[in-house]
Formats: sequence, C-alpha cells, structure tokens
Amino acid sequence: MSLAEKYPEEIKRILAKYPPEHKRSALMPLLYLAQREKGYVDNHAMNEIAEMLEITPTEVAAMIGFYTLYHGEPAGKLRIQVCVDLPCALRGADKFLADLCANLGIEPGGTTADGLVTVEPVMCLAACDKAPVFQTQGPDGIAYHENMTVEKTMQLVEALRESGKEVK
Amino acid sequence: MAHILLRHRDIPDISNLEVYKKNGGFEAFKKAVTKMDPGDVTQVVKDSGLRGRGGAGFPTGMKWLFMDRDNWPHYVVANADESEPGTFKDREIMENNPFQFLEGVAIASYAVGAHAAYIYLRGEFWPVAAWLDEKIAEMEKAGYLGEKLFGTNYSLRIYTHLGAGAYICGEETALLESLEGKRGQPRLRPPFPPAYGLYGKPTVVNNVETLTNVPLIIANGADWYKSMGTADSAGVKIFSLSGRVKKPGNYELPFGTTFRQLIYEYGGGIIDDRPVKAIMAAGASSSIIKVDDQALDTPMDYASVRTLGADLGSASVIVIDDTVSMDWLLNKTIHFFKHESCGKCTPCREGNYWMLHLIERIHGGTGSAEDVELLKSVAKQIQGKCLCALGEFSTMAVVSAIERFPEDFKKAVHS
Ligand SMILES: Cc1cc2nc3c(=O)[nH]c(=O)nc-3n(C[C@H](O)[C@H](O)[C@H](O)COP(=O)(O)O)c2cc1C
Ligand code: SF4
Ligand code: FES
Repeated sequence: MSLAEKYPEEIKRILAKYPPEHKRSALMPLLYLAQREKGYVDNHAMNEIAEMLEITPTEVAAMIGFYTLYHGEPAGKLRIQVCVDLPCALRGADKFLADLCANLGIEPGGTTADGLVTVEPVMCLAACDKAPVFQTQGPDGIAYHENMTVEKTMQLVEALRESGKEVK
Repeated sequence: MAHILLRHRDIPDISNLEVYKKNGGFEAFKKAVTKMDPGDVTQVVKDSGLRGRGGAGFPTGMKWLFMDRDNWPHYVVANADESEPGTFKDREIMENNPFQFLEGVAIASYAVGAHAAYIYLRGEFWPVAAWLDEKIAEMEKAGYLGEKLFGTNYSLRIYTHLGAGAYICGEETALLESLEGKRGQPRLRPPFPPAYGLYGKPTVVNNVETLTNVPLIIANGADWYKSMGTADSAGVKIFSLSGRVKKPGNYELPFGTTFRQLIYEYGGGIIDDRPVKAIMAAGASSSIIKVDDQALDTPMDYASVRTLGADLGSASVIVIDDTVSMDWLLNKTIHFFKHESCGKCTPCREGNYWMLHLIERIHGGTGSAEDVELLKSVAKQIQGKCLCALGEFSTMAVVSAIERFPEDFKKAVHS
C-alpha cells in the first residue's frame, strides 16, 4: 500500500504546515511517516515521496544518509540508543553500555538474535543530568528512558518480548 | 528568588492554559498586539540588554532590528535543536513551561511582522514536539493564535518541525537548510538570516531560552530585567550543570553567579568530595578552564569567563574532577565532532578525521610525544579556515587541554 493510501490525513496535515511553493520542507516529516511501520524507509516510499514533492529519489536518499534518525536498512524492532557522550560518560555511561550489551549477548551496534532489539551508542540526548540515559526508537515513536539501570532495561526488553509492545 | 524561566518550579501546573492565564499568561502578547507598535516591542527588548542564549550572546533586540523591511514575508524560527553536549535547558522549558516559550515566539513574531513561525526541534525531541503541538492547538482554540488576534488585523500561526539527528542543524543557516527539506549544511555568510533566511526571506532565529525571557520583559519592562545580572550580561541564565557533581541539573541564576556557588551551593559539590580539576563552561565546544581558587570565584558572565581564556557560550557547565585524564576527555570530544562535522569544508572534515586517529593512538597507549604535538598542530590548522563555527569548536578542547594539562599527555604516551 502506498503512503498516500495509508496516511491520507497525516500527509494533508504535514503539507499544510509549509507554503505550497516550498513543499520540499515536508520531506523530513514524510520520511518519519514512511519509516513508522517498518523502522526504515524502503525504495517504494522513497520514490513516492520524491514524486509527491517533485524532487529526485536520489535527493531523498541523500537525506536518509545525512541524518542519523533516518534508516535505509531494517534493524531490530526497537532501537535502544544509549548516550555515551562526555557528560554522561562522566557518570558511568560507558560501563552501562558495556554491561547492557553483555547481558543481551551482543556488541554495541548489534542486534539480538531474535531481531528484537538493536543497541547503539549515540551522542548527547539533552538529558545529561539523568545518566545513564537512552532513547528507544520504534513503531511507537521516540521515548526517553532516564536514570536507567541494566536491570530496569532488561525488564523493558522482556516486556517487549512478551507483549510485542513497548512499555514506557 | 522566584524563577523567571523555570516558573514550573514555583507554579507546578503552569503548563495548563488556565493556570498560565491566571499567572499573567498572554497578557504581554495582548499588550504588545493591542497597545504597542512592533518597533516599540523591539525597543523594549533591546533596552533590556537581553542577549541570545544559543551560545553567541548576540543582542536580541538588535537582531530584530536587522530584519530587511523591503523584503516580505518575514519569519521567526525558534532554535530548539539543543544538541551541544551538556545542554538540557530548552527541553526543561518546553516540557514544563511551554506557554511562556510559545508566547515569546508570538511576541517576537509580532515585533518583526511575521505571520508564520517555526519551531525547529532536534529529532530526539519527538515527544516534546507532540506536546507542543497540543499546546499550540489549545492556544488556537483560546484565540491566542490564528486570524485577527485580539480583534486586530494581526494573524499568526506557529508550527513545529522535527530535525533528525544532526548537531550541525543547531547552526542557524544549517537549520534553515534543514527546514527547507535539504541536508543540514551551513550557508556562506553574509547574508545573515535577517536579510536572507528561510526560503530566502528575512528571518529571525532565536534560541528557546532567549524567547522565553521575552513575555516577562514586555510585561515588566526593560529596567526590571536589567536590574538582574551584570552590566554586560543582563538578567538570568539557566546553567545546565553536569559531570562529576553530586546534584547535576538546571539552575536558573543571575549572570554573575560564581562557578563556586554553582558547583558547591547548588550542585552539592563533587562526587566523593574530590577536587575540581577542570570546567568546560560551554559544553563540548569549550576551551577547558584549569581550575584554581581564582577560577572558581570567577563570575559567570560573558566578559568574566573570557578572562579565563574560555567562553560562557550556552552555559552548559561540565565539571571534571581529578579522576579524569585529559586524553580520555579529548577522545570523547573528538569522537563527537568527527561524527558531527557536516563534511562541507576540508579543514573540518579531514582535520577531525586526523585528530580522531591521533587521539585514539594517544589514549590507547600507543602514541608518542610527537603525536601529541601533531594533534595540537592539526587543531591549529583547522582554526580560522572553516565555513561555520563547528570547525572552530572542534579544536577548543584539544588545544586548551594540551596546553593547560601537559602532564596528562606525558603520562598517556609513557604508559
Ligand atoms: C555548530 C553549532 C551548533 C549550534 N547549536 C545550537 C543549538 O543547539 N541551539 C541554539 O539555540 N543555538 C545553536 N547554535 C547557535 C545558532 O547558530 C544561533 O546563533 C542561535 O540560534 C541564535 O539564537 P540566539 O541569538 O537567541 O542565541 C549553534 C551554532 C553552531 C555553530
Ligand atoms: S566547519 Fe565543519 S560543520 Fe561547519 S560547514 Fe565546515 S565541514 Fe560543515
Ligand atoms: S551527554 Fe548524555 S544526554 Fe547529554
């Protein structure tokens, strides 16, 4: 199904935010819409967005390459993005990441064998006073998880495994 | 003292429209639109001494005056990209005191004759954007946004726009490119946004905290605002305190508060009561201040911090104690800038590539004294040759750490 068939209302709302002669501005919100379901933007969606905004598919692909929150490839159902930037690292973030990965049996950047979660180290998330902190990026959007422990994180993963839904 | 920006700490439900109204909410916007000329609004903000809180400290009223009046429409863009490591103040404002920020956007828009304003939020603020969308809808319903406001001819719409994970999009011209649906790469300047901004039209770009000051300045006047802070830095500032302190967090304090007060009175001192070794006052983009008594007693205002060979920037104070070695720290900052360089100019792109290579060697224990010298010289070669300030930022910690903490690097290359 095309995006236009799946999300007619959302697309209308997005396009209404920008002057009609500058509809290219809708590109970023449309990419979020396109990766909502599967966690990445597939070729179909790329071509459809390009057509909608009267730009080339290459220009759309370049955007996905430039911005880290757009994905051109599938990964785990839920991305756990752990901040290991300087202020968090001063409060134990590196150890949190290492311990979490060890518990899940993966390397940083890796995905669990069942395809459920991917753990990625990321830069500052504007929550430096609440380290260890990570964001989850999944079908339900993006959410903050602050003052975390490995134990609490494993519970979150277990709950996701059982229910298929993220617990916030 | 009651808070001026973090008012939710005194009035917990201030994100509720009725509560905000009961506490003077939207009075300033109404007064501006119904009783003041746009020029008068700008004048009050100029007289208040308000300077931009996004890092550069540019006088806000002056920026509004620069808007090209022969080219229309005009736009206001709120910079909510907040990606400098150590900065987490705009998020607290938007999550807890959203209406005061939105009222600030509205007053700025009226002052420069804009009928559309965009809030550019970093992609990670996805839940914050959804929340602001709700608040904007409430304002529209209550008649504070939309057509013919307060019975005048003035109309205004505010829209949110999400970025997607790129620090460089905090730089105002990269932000505008991104808002136009392009890759976030800075533009050549001049022309500056008040002459050539969004869609090539005159645009004011202001930080969230800057704009959140505006309603109370219009309500209480320039003299009230100037009575706080110091001569060169008027008013209050939110200091984001992070690193090796017992109580990290945001602290809204008058400019001129000392580092010692922030760290010990508010931050509860250092973890395990160790000594402070260094301070980065402007996040990862800082020159590193070597701490002694004199540094600790320095007032935090733009001019005083400069006497320490550093900048106050966005006042994201990262505290470093004596358990931290500077080669470890540079490994973090260089990783960040290497990752965030947009790649448009060679010195920044290649320089950060080489700096990363060198610091990994030095920090990894296989580096030599020559590598440390080379690292410093690569940093110096980046300086002054870049299209935007990120290139410059990427060198600040490197040069200052090597010059001010030589013993750390001696140890790193000998171990
Ligand atoms: C690399 C880089 C990143 C920046 N990031 C931000 C940011 O996240 N938020 C912000 O308000 N300003 C940021 N700035 C500063 C903006 O370019 C601009 O000066 C500011 O938004 C102007 O608003 P103000 O005058 O209210 O401070 C950044 C600048 C550079 C060079
Ligand atoms: S200095 Fe760096 S971030 Fe700025 S434009 Fe050049 S390459 Fe891009
Ligand atoms: S450094 Fe981790 S949230 Fe800022």
